[in-house]
Amino acid sequence: MSEPGPADDLQKLDARLKRAEEAARKSGPGGVPKDKPSGNALGLALRVGVELVSALAVGLAIGWLLDAWLGTRPWLMLVFILLGGAAGILNVYRMARGFGYAVGYKPDKPTGRARPGDQGPGIEG
Amino acid sequence: MAAGHSPLSQFEIKRWVPIQIGDLDVSFTNSAAFMALTVIGVSAFLVLGMRRHALVPGRWQSMAELSYVFIANLVKDTVGTEGRPYFPFIFTVFMFVLFGNLFGMVPYGFTFTSHIIVTFTMAVVVFLGVTVIALIKHKLHFFTFFMPPGVPLIMAPLLVPIEIISYLSRPISLSVRLFANMLAGHTLLKVFAGFVVALGLFGAFPLAFVVALTALEVVIAFLQAFVFTILTCLYLNDALHLH
Repeated sequence: MSEPGPADDLQKLDARLKRAEEAARKSGPGGVPKDKPSGNALGLALRVGVELVSALAVGLAIGWLLDAWLGTRPWLMLVFILLGGAAGILNVYRMARGFGYAVGYKPDKPTGRARPGDQGPGIEG
Repeated sequence: MAAGHSPLSQFEIKRWVPIQIGDLDVSFTNSAAFMALTVIGVSAFLVLGMRRHALVPGRWQSMAELSYVFIANLVKDTVGTEGRPYFPFIFTVFMFVLFGNLFGMVPYGFTFTSHIIVTFTMAVVVFLGVTVIALIKHKLHFFTFFMPPGVPLIMAPLLVPIEIISYLSRPISLSVRLFANMLAGHTLLKVFAGFVVALGLFGAFPLAFVVALTALEVVIAFLQAFVFTILTCLYLNDALHLH
């Protein structure tokens, strides 16, 4: 008497919805891979360039301002250009390691839960 | 080519209603007009779309609901349940950038997201807001953010400045990414459109390219609005959870 009708389909759909909602509730932050590569080489290249240059620019600006304040021109600027370059490399490194868009982002502490796709310690290793 | 037809003339700010308060120039410009248009457009899209709030949504209502659910899921996935209070802000940022980008695609339109000062202001608001949230939530503990765990103390004088520079570079990379994409795309469109007339009969080739490029620009308009939003979410996640 019960042929697979609309009611049956609805029940199946209901079960699937419940399962999906359960899964969605469980996945907190970091439960989902954060960054899917956009598959766009030009976009990736642009991102790397922007990360490198913006950190360098911030380093330059900090050095410049500190020099103007302390009257030590040009020494602090030279130091902070190097630090800014290092920060830029660090940004790109973190991006390449799959911490995704989150620049200046830290991997979980080695004692903490491991993020999917995150092997080994990060920069502190 | 005449001076008025430079590929960059589309980015010129024009004073539509000159207003001067003291030394401050607060004229109503084409940029301001398109920002106002964007706000009106977003409000109309959402309010009118939800006017009938039918159980089975029509096309328009579907789009309005889709954009809401899309950002709600994004916030839930990246920030978690603590991100709920900040959803209105993130949704506003997404819709503002998205509609700004899309209105820029309309012929004779003006793309305010192609101006670094606009994107930088938005990025700075996000950056300061996130930092203030982190400071309120974690108090002075926030500053451990700049010292990676497990690093020997002797490395701190070198690492802490690098981490601080890396942190401060966030608003710059956030704003430059959106600005550069919009500026480059719209300039490229105009340059190739200029070839169409100049090449005469062979102008069909650049014309075909411009058609393809226009489609790509629409995709980029969505993608960059999404990237700006997801970065805002990730920064918020950092501020709330502070690894």
